[in-house]
Amino acid sequence: MDTTRSGWRGLAGAVLMLAASTFACAAVEAGGTVAAPAGKPASKSTADHSRFKELQGPFKTGEDVTRACLSCHTEAARQVMGTRHWTWEYVNPDTGQKLGKKTMLNGFCIGDRSNEAFCQSCHIGYGWKDASFDFTAEDKVDCLACHNTGDYRKLAGLAGHPPYQRMEFPAKSGKFVEATDLVKVAQSVGPTSRRTCGTCHYFGGGGDGVKHGDLDTSLNKPSRELDVHMAADGLNFTCATCHKSDQHKVAGSRISMTGADPHGAIVRGEKTDRNPATCQACHGDRPHKGTGHAQRLNDHARALACQTCHIPEFARGGVPTKMGWDWSTAGKLTPEGKPFQLKDEHDHVIYDSKKGDFKLGQNVRPDYVWFNGKVTYTQPDTKIDPNTRVAINTFHGTPGAADSRIWPVKTFHGKQPYDTEHLTLLVPHTATPDETAFWYNFDWAKALKTGAEATGAPYSGKFGFVPTSMLWPITHMVAPKEKALGCMQCHTADGRLAGVPGVWMPGRDRNELLDRIGFGLAGLMLLGVVGHGGMRFLLRNKRTHGGEH
Amino acid sequence: MSERIYLFTRFERFWHWAQAALIITLLFTGFAIHGSHSLIGFRKAVEVHEIAAWLLIGLWVLAIFWHFTTGAWRHYIPTAQNIDRMVRYYAYGIFIGAPHPYMVTLERKHNPLQRLAYLGVKLVINPLIWVSGLVYLFWGSLYGKLPAGLGLEQVATLHTLGAFLMLAFLIVHMYLATAGHTVLAHIKAMVTGWEDVHEDSPAPGAGARPQGLRS
Repeated sequence: MDTTRSGWRGLAGAVLMLAASTFACAAVEAGGTVAAPAGKPASKSTADHSRFKELQGPFKTGEDVTRACLSCHTEAARQVMGTRHWTWEYVNPDTGQKLGKKTMLNGFCIGDRSNEAFCQSCHIGYGWKDASFDFTAEDKVDCLACHNTGDYRKLAGLAGHPPYQRMEFPAKSGKFVEATDLVKVAQSVGPTSRRTCGTCHYFGGGGDGVKHGDLDTSLNKPSRELDVHMAADGLNFTCATCHKSDQHKVAGSRISMTGADPHGAIVRGEKTDRNPATCQACHGDRPHKGTGHAQRLNDHARALACQTCHIPEFARGGVPTKMGWDWSTAGKLTPEGKPFQLKDEHDHVIYDSKKGDFKLGQNVRPDYVWFNGKVTYTQPDTKIDPNTRVAINTFHGTPGAADSRIWPVKTFHGKQPYDTEHLTLLVPHTATPDETAFWYNFDWAKALKTGAEATGAPYSGKFGFVPTSMLWPITHMVAPKEKALGCMQCHTADGRLAGVPGVWMPGRDRNELLDRIGFGLAGLMLLGVVGHGGMRFLLRNKRTHGGEH
Repeated sequence: MSERIYLFTRFERFWHWAQAALIITLLFTGFAIHGSHSLIGFRKAVEVHEIAAWLLIGLWVLAIFWHFTTGAWRHYIPTAQNIDRMVRYYAYGIFIGAPHPYMVTLERKHNPLQRLAYLGVKLVINPLIWVSGLVYLFWGSLYGKLPAGLGLEQVATLHTLGAFLMLAFLIVHMYLATAGHTVLAHIKAMVTGWEDVHEDSPAPGAGARPQGLRS
C-alpha cells in the first residue's frame, strides 16, 4: 500500500512538474522573460533593491532613506542639488530675470514665500519650511519623491516630509492618512513615472489640472485619444521619455522654451545642445510623409508649432482646469462664521471662502500667439499699472520671424492683491495654520503683511485687487493624427487663427478691393449678356430674315 | 443649299471641351479656397484644384505644341480691320437679323473680335494664372528665394485677379456661343466639328473679300 501510495504521489508530482515546466516554457516563449515572482511587478532593472542590505531598515525618517541611497549612489544628491527641482531658483538665460518657484508670482496661489511648509510638499527635499533651510545638506534630498513606485505621499503642511505617524489629513477633516512604510517604499524604488512627476506637476496651483491645462491626473492612464504618446495601451511614454534627464537635470522648461526647432530628428549619439523635449527632436521638422498634402503640411511648420494642429483642445481628460480665479471675493463666511464652498453641476468647486471664485474649463480651445520661447515675468518688485489687466508673464515672438512659431496657449485671467501705493503685486500668507494665514483668519491685512515680510518686499499696508493674466504653453495631450485640426479650422474667415498676424492664409485673407472689382466685373458681364440675350429674344420676330436666312 | 465645312478637328474639340471642364472646375474650387463659397471643404477644394491645374497645364502643353506644328496659331493673329463691323453687328445687326458680317473659312476660323479675345486669354490671362499658380503651388520650396515684397499675399492676389478675368471671359464666351445663325449653331459646330456655311455666303476660300468680311 505504502509503495503504491508513494508511487501515485510520485506520478502526481511528476505530472505537476511537467505541467509547471510546460507552463514556464510557454511563459518564456511568449514573453521572452521569466515572469517575476508573485506580487512583484516585472522589472527591467539589473538590481532588485529589496535584496540590498542597506535598504532593510528600519528607517525613521526620509533622511534615513536618503543616506542609505547615497551609500551606493554617491553622486546623486550633488547632482540633484544643481537643479532647479532643488533650488527653486532659476536665472532665465534669455532675460536674466531671477525666477524659480521661490521668487516667481502667479495668478493662482500667487507665491511660495511664507507658505513654504505647505507648498514645499512639492520640493524634492525634506524640511524646507522657511529661509533657514540648509540647501547643502545631502541627506535632505528626497530621492523617493521621484523614484517611488507607490505608497509615498508628501503631505502639504509637513514641509516636504511624508507622514511618519498615522495622522488626520487634512486637519479636522475626519480623514486619516497611514504612516509611510519607508522600508517598503525604499525597497521598491524605480525610474520616474507619469505618476511621480504628476504628483507635483499635475497639481500646480493647488489642485488637479489647475494651472497648466494640459497636465492633470487623466495622464496617469491616458487613452490614445487623450495623448497619443503616453497612451497606457499604446506607446506608454513616461514624462522622461521626452524630458530626457542627464545627471538629474531634466530637459525642458516653460520659462525658457524652444519656440522653433527647424531641424531634423536628433540622431542617437549626436552631440547637440538642442532641447530633446521638442516634437522635432524625434519627428524632425518635416514629419508628414508622402507627396502633395503631406508636403503642404510640412510647409506649415515654418509658421506653426506642431502643437497648434496636433493639440486641438486642452483639459480633454475629464479634469477641469482653472481659466479664471478671482481672489477679491475670497473670505465670505456663512452666518455662523464658517468658510464654505460652492460647486457647479459637475461637483467641481467654483467658490471657496479660502480662495475666491473660480472659472473652470474643459475641452478648451486654445488661444494662439507668436512665440519664440522667451518669456518675461512680472516680478514681486515690478511696477504695475492697476488700470489695465496686468500680464504676469509675457510670451515674446515676432510674427513671421524665423525664430517664432504660432503656438497654442491657455489664457488665464486672475484678480489678485496688489499694493496700491507701491504698485506691486503682493504675496499673501495663506496656507499654514497660524494667526495671520488667510485660510484660517480670512483677514487680508494680516495675510498680506506676513506675506510681504517673508518676501522682503516693501509694503505700504494699503492694498486692492487688480485683474491679471497669464499664458501657459499647450504642449501635452497630443491627439492622434486623425484628431488633428482640419484645414477649415483656420482657413476660414472666423477660424482659430482669426486676427493672428504675420501669415497670409487663403480662405481667411483676401484683397477686399479686388473681390469687389472682380465680382463687380463678372456681375456686369452677366448683366450685359442677360440684357443682350433678352433683347435678342424680344426682337426675334422683327428680324428681316426671321433669324434663319 | 447649304454647304458644310469641317471646321474643328477632333483634337481641337477635345482640347476645347476638356479645357472648359477644367477651367470651370478650377474656378469652382478656386473660389472655395478663396472663401467665396463653402460648397466643398477647403482640403478637398485644394486637392481637386491642384489635380485639375496639372491636367490643364498638361493640356496646354499639348495644345501649344499642336498650334505650332499645325500652324493653327495663325488663327490668333489680331487685326483691327473691320472690328467696328463686328461691334456694330453685336450692338445692332444681331437684333434685326442682319447677316453675320464674318465669313468663316478653314483658313480663318475666328472673327476679329474672337481673335482679339482669344489672344488676350492666351497672352494675358493664361500666363498670369499659370505663373502665379505655379509660384503659389511651389511656395513651400520658393519661400525665401523670391524678391522681397513678393509675398504669398501678392502671389495669391495676382492669381485671384487672373481668376476674375477668366470668369468674366467665360461668361461672355458662353453667351456669344449662342450668337450663331441659330442659338445652338456654334455649340453644335464645337461638338461635331462641322459648320454650316449658307448659300448666300461667298464661296469659302474665295479670297474675294479681304479679312473674310462680307461687303
